[in-house]
Amino acid sequence: MLQDIRNTPETAASGIQIQLAVAFPAFKLEVDLALPGRGVTALFGHSGSGKTTLLRCLAGLEKAPQARIHINGTCWQDGSHVVPTHQRALGYVFQEASLFPHLSVRKNLAFGQTGAAATESRQILEHTAERLGIAHLLERSPGKLSGGERQRVAIARALLTNPQILLMDEPLAALDLKRKQEILPYLERLHDELEIPMIYVSHSPDEVARLADHLVLLNKGQVVASGPLQETLARIDLPAVFADDAGVVLDTTIGAHDEQDRLSRLDFSGGHIFVGRRDRPLGQKMRCRIHARDVSLTLQRQEDTSILNLVPGLVVDIAETDNPANVLVRLDANGTPLLARITRRSLRLLDLHPGKAVWAQIKAVALLD
Amino acid sequence: MLSSADWAAISLTLKLASLTTLLLLLIGTPIAWWLAYTRSKLKPAIGAVVSLPLVLPPTVLGFYMLLLMGPNGWIGQFTQALGLGTLPFTFTGLLVASVLYSMPFVVQPVQNAFEAIGPRPLEVAATLRASPLKTFFAVALPLARPGFITGAILGFAHTVGEFGVVLMIGGNIPGKTRVVSVQIFNHVEEMEYLHAHWLAGGMVVLSFLVLLALYVLNPNPRKG
Repeated sequence: MLQDIRNTPETAASGIQIQLAVAFPAFKLEVDLALPGRGVTALFGHSGSGKTTLLRCLAGLEKAPQARIHINGTCWQDGSHVVPTHQRALGYVFQEASLFPHLSVRKNLAFGQTGAAATESRQILEHTAERLGIAHLLERSPGKLSGGERQRVAIARALLTNPQILLMDEPLAALDLKRKQEILPYLERLHDELEIPMIYVSHSPDEVARLADHLVLLNKGQVVASGPLQETLARIDLPAVFADDAGVVLDTTIGAHDEQDRLSRLDFSGGHIFVGRRDRPLGQKMRCRIHARDVSLTLQRQEDTSILNLVPGLVVDIAETDNPANVLVRLDANGTPLLARITRRSLRLLDLHPGKAVWAQIKAVALLD
Repeated sequence: MLSSADWAAISLTLKLASLTTLLLLLIGTPIAWWLAYTRSKLKPAIGAVVSLPLVLPPTVLGFYMLLLMGPNGWIGQFTQALGLGTLPFTFTGLLVASVLYSMPFVVQPVQNAFEAIGPRPLEVAATLRASPLKTFFAVALPLARPGFITGAILGFAHTVGEFGVVLMIGGNIPGKTRVVSVQIFNHVEEMEYLHAHWLAGGMVVLSFLVLLALYVLNPNPRKG
């Protein structure tokens, strides 16, 4: 199969193409992926799904015979033609920061710095350190840093190699909740500012919902789904990877502030939702997450309800869940997918079927910015 | 006190130990690196060969070295073909034998140090565009420094202390192959116990100082 692919004419110069099949003692990784050449792609799966191995193959840290890897037009591997890791323009952040213990923070950052004259590269280094909030740590030794600081140094160090792609292997997994909260804002800034694609391995639905634009679901070394985040999260035909965390992500814009009731209105194609007043300018983008378990359905618009957020939509599809008493309903709210988890009894009593118009009552919205 | 013959033996010993240590750091480092990172099936066999001097009586090693370096041995024929003559009973022959004899004392600590680094720092260096050569000199060597200190000190000290191999290969030629341990033997043979005391006592003090330095520089040998 791989033989055939290699003989096909040159694929598009942009985007990321990965084809590989590697057998390991415990499992077989078999992947044929085309990923966008910009934005954050999350590789999501449970431990043992092969996501870290896939990332390591991409970096050339793991041997993948006969693989084919193209990054935005640059060939990293085509069968037996393999570019060694140190000649691939990548930035790699490991789960543990893995700073060089014998070098200061500054020397760690400078280790892989490429592409600029001495004074300029010093400025770039200091600017990058500032962006990640580690400028005051430059002369310290890595042993004297907290886990969160160390990981931010590792991210800055990877960025300073001037990479064509940033690969992150669960950079937050080894940190406690407080440290995670400390780093996530920096990752979100990277998401907004970075021109290069980022591939982010994670098993945390929350991180994926916050950071990703594109989602790849891996299970036992196979790609179960790959697509834009919103669409893929809203797919209900997939095995219950997110289980109780099933839900959708909405990309909204702040449409209005209501000073009297201390609310902000977030607009999206399906209408709008209200959340507690956010101190952000009008027009700013806000990503939020709505769990299927927080959405209930009614046939008519409820007037006398305390629930603020009511969104009209059409039933698209209905699927089973892990729990036989519940079903998952997918709605289309004027182009925006929504998921609702309701009981099988409600499904029968409301006589829900594809095409039926309903109102989604949203009990909780998690803001991700 | 010490006679001029004693001083000659001391200076010869120090010269031999220094050159042996230097050569071992040069030869032993690639061997240690290979042993630390290879997945070859030959690894246990090569590891065992390198460690043989730890268990063999020095006379056994010296005996075979003598045969190998002699006129009919492989090494002897090779050196003769190069026009160098044969090595036994020369300083060079002593040096070659010392390098083999002290090999495990340098290779093992350095190998342990390389193994203790683990694959991660080397992978990190590769993702930071470091060539294998830069990775070796900028990451592996500094991180393995305690192993090099241990290896150098042990290799030096062990060479100073060798006796059996020297007698077998080098004999007892003043200024050429007569090292301190042999000189002590000569003093004792000739019942010159006072002279023997000066040299032997000096060896005790020197060895103690060397090991003291080792433990001070490298307080946690498990890390080395």
